[in-house]
Amino acid sequence: MKIDRALRQRLFAAVVLPLVSVVCGFIVAGVAVVVTGSDPIEAFTALFQGAFTNPRAFPETLVAMVPYVFLGLAVALGFRAGLFNIGAEGQFYLGAIFGVLAAASLHGLPGIVHVPLALASGMLGGFIWAAVPGLLKARFGAHEVITTIMLNYVAFQLTDFLINKGPMSDPHSSAPRTAFIDPAAQLPILLGGSRLHLGLIVAVLAVPIVWFLIQRTTIGFRIRTVGFSPGAARAAGISVGWTLVLAMGISGALAGIAGADEILGVSHYMPASFSVGYGFDSIAVALLARSNPWAILPSAFLFGAMRNGAAFMQLQTQVSSDLISIVQAIVIMFVAAPAMVRWILRLREVPVGGLQITQRETAGVSSET
Amino acid sequence: MTDFLSHLDIAGFIIATLVASTPLVLAAMGGVMSERSGVVNIALEGIMLTSAFAGYAAAVATHNLWLGVLVSIIAGMLIAALHAVLSIQFLVDQIVSGTVINILAIGITGSFYRTYIQNSELAGTGVLPALHLNFLPNAPFIGVITLAALALIPIVHFLLFRTVFGLRTRACGEHPLAAETAGINVYFVRYSNVILSGALAGLGGAYFTLQQIGNFLPNMTGGRGFIALAAMIFGGWTPVGAFLASLLFAGADALSGRLQIGGVQIPYQIVGMLPYVLTIVVVAGAVGRAVAPAADGKPYKKS
Repeated sequence: MKIDRALRQRLFAAVVLPLVSVVCGFIVAGVAVVVTGSDPIEAFTALFQGAFTNPRAFPETLVAMVPYVFLGLAVALGFRAGLFNIGAEGQFYLGAIFGVLAAASLHGLPGIVHVPLALASGMLGGFIWAAVPGLLKARFGAHEVITTIMLNYVAFQLTDFLINKGPMSDPHSSAPRTAFIDPAAQLPILLGGSRLHLGLIVAVLAVPIVWFLIQRTTIGFRIRTVGFSPGAARAAGISVGWTLVLAMGISGALAGIAGADEILGVSHYMPASFSVGYGFDSIAVALLARSNPWAILPSAFLFGAMRNGAAFMQLQTQVSSDLISIVQAIVIMFVAAPAMVRWILRLREVPVGGLQITQRETAGVSSET
Repeated sequence: MTDFLSHLDIAGFIIATLVASTPLVLAAMGGVMSERSGVVNIALEGIMLTSAFAGYAAAVATHNLWLGVLVSIIAGMLIAALHAVLSIQFLVDQIVSGTVINILAIGITGSFYRTYIQNSELAGTGVLPALHLNFLPNAPFIGVITLAALALIPIVHFLLFRTVFGLRTRACGEHPLAAETAGINVYFVRYSNVILSGALAGLGGAYFTLQQIGNFLPNMTGGRGFIALAAMIFGGWTPVGAFLASLLFAGADALSGRLQIGGVQIPYQIVGMLPYVLTIVVVAGAVGRAVAPAADGKPYKKS
């Protein structure tokens, strides 16, 4: 059977590349397991059991998938504008803070009003936290990689300040955490006996919405144009600065809703130590999906399964759950370097050159305005 | 105000600043070398974290701190070589490649930490010898890595601005095609500089485990690699400038330590934000005045 060249290239980008990346990620991680003196087969079996086959494992994988959908969309949307939002973690925190503020301080509202209000509040928190680096980039040319990372650390300190014996901590608890949210603000459970909550539906619905925003609206058109070529966008009369601020803001809002959703759906209060590495994970989710909103769903599912399974693996085999970070790093590496996969598979006729994400105009973690 | 100053102990504060600037100035100089040759290096954070761990592990295994320092430097060079292969050979977006290394560093050090260090009975390694100024009894000790960092500033400056290698490096960062035309091997120059930047950041990593506390903690670099990048930008891509900028950030760091001890009624978390907020302000403010190498961040493909 003769497959024509264009189709072959698309197949390579959409199927072969992600698959080979994930497989290579697990191989390298397996080597790391051997080096630390454990059995990789045993570790990965435990990972699989923890993600899928143990009692209640599958719903928990879906629970873990929810924030990855939002965060993957957040990072992917940034990529479409040529922005590398590496600060999803901080925006996630701010979304949680704003979400818990609305969810815990208001009472007497019906759930149908309270839940959307709290989620919107979380989006606002994320929007603000991300719009600041957007503004700094648009106005001063400060590279978003540095500013968003720094804002992550500020967000950690801010959370600790607010929650650890601070203005937002629960006066009735000795643990560093906020008060419980109003019961009406809790996201309803979808599946009895599990923690699977309505947030999954919200996350799945967010995918077509973000797709529509990027592909079918004026804002999305501006975002894509700026991402493709800021110079051309400027020449076409698009305000590059405002588009950057808006793209960062929307990206942050998506990360923010992830934070609020975790509060409303899972924990029902905010502990001082909250997110663990969602920020970097979400970069891997977005890159594996090649910034395509639809592909975020399988990508987020994979990472949700890995996160959920890793906890069981650590418990069962003493192999650190940090192993997952190795898988992620390798996945990103291969997705970003198709030339390497081509070389491994001895393929020809597939695109050379890497995935280009950051704008060449401001690359260099510098600033040429 | 006088009350505030009396708590501050100026000489001690200056020395604490100098010591705290050590990893920043080393990583920032690494950034200078890499970016002067045209390769953006946001992997500095991951390089320092990995080196901190590798040096500590080697020191524990061999009971020799100096061997630990050596292993830190070699580990830094190896990780930097990975960044070089990805970004120079495979033309991976340099920011993405750096991110890969930063995530990989968390994964590798975290895995090994849980397996070998966390639950073991290992005692710390102790710390490298340090200089104690007799006339300032309350000042912190000045460790050998700090002294090495100070010595390296003029050396890196000389290398970049007074040698043929430095001239070639800068040519590759400004206009690689012209450099290639003039017979310079752009790939070789970029590889060398990225790997040398790994050696500098690797020594910076050794500071955390072998000079500062004699132990390893997960994520102990705490964003210093990114702050070093800001110092590099603020310092105008020069070693001396990077040093002065590092002092500024380290000062904010040392000040936050002081304010906590000094009994000033500011919540420690707010003071802890200082270096990070300062970095944001500086990166935003330095722009327009500092000019990056023209080909910084642009992959070069031999035609």
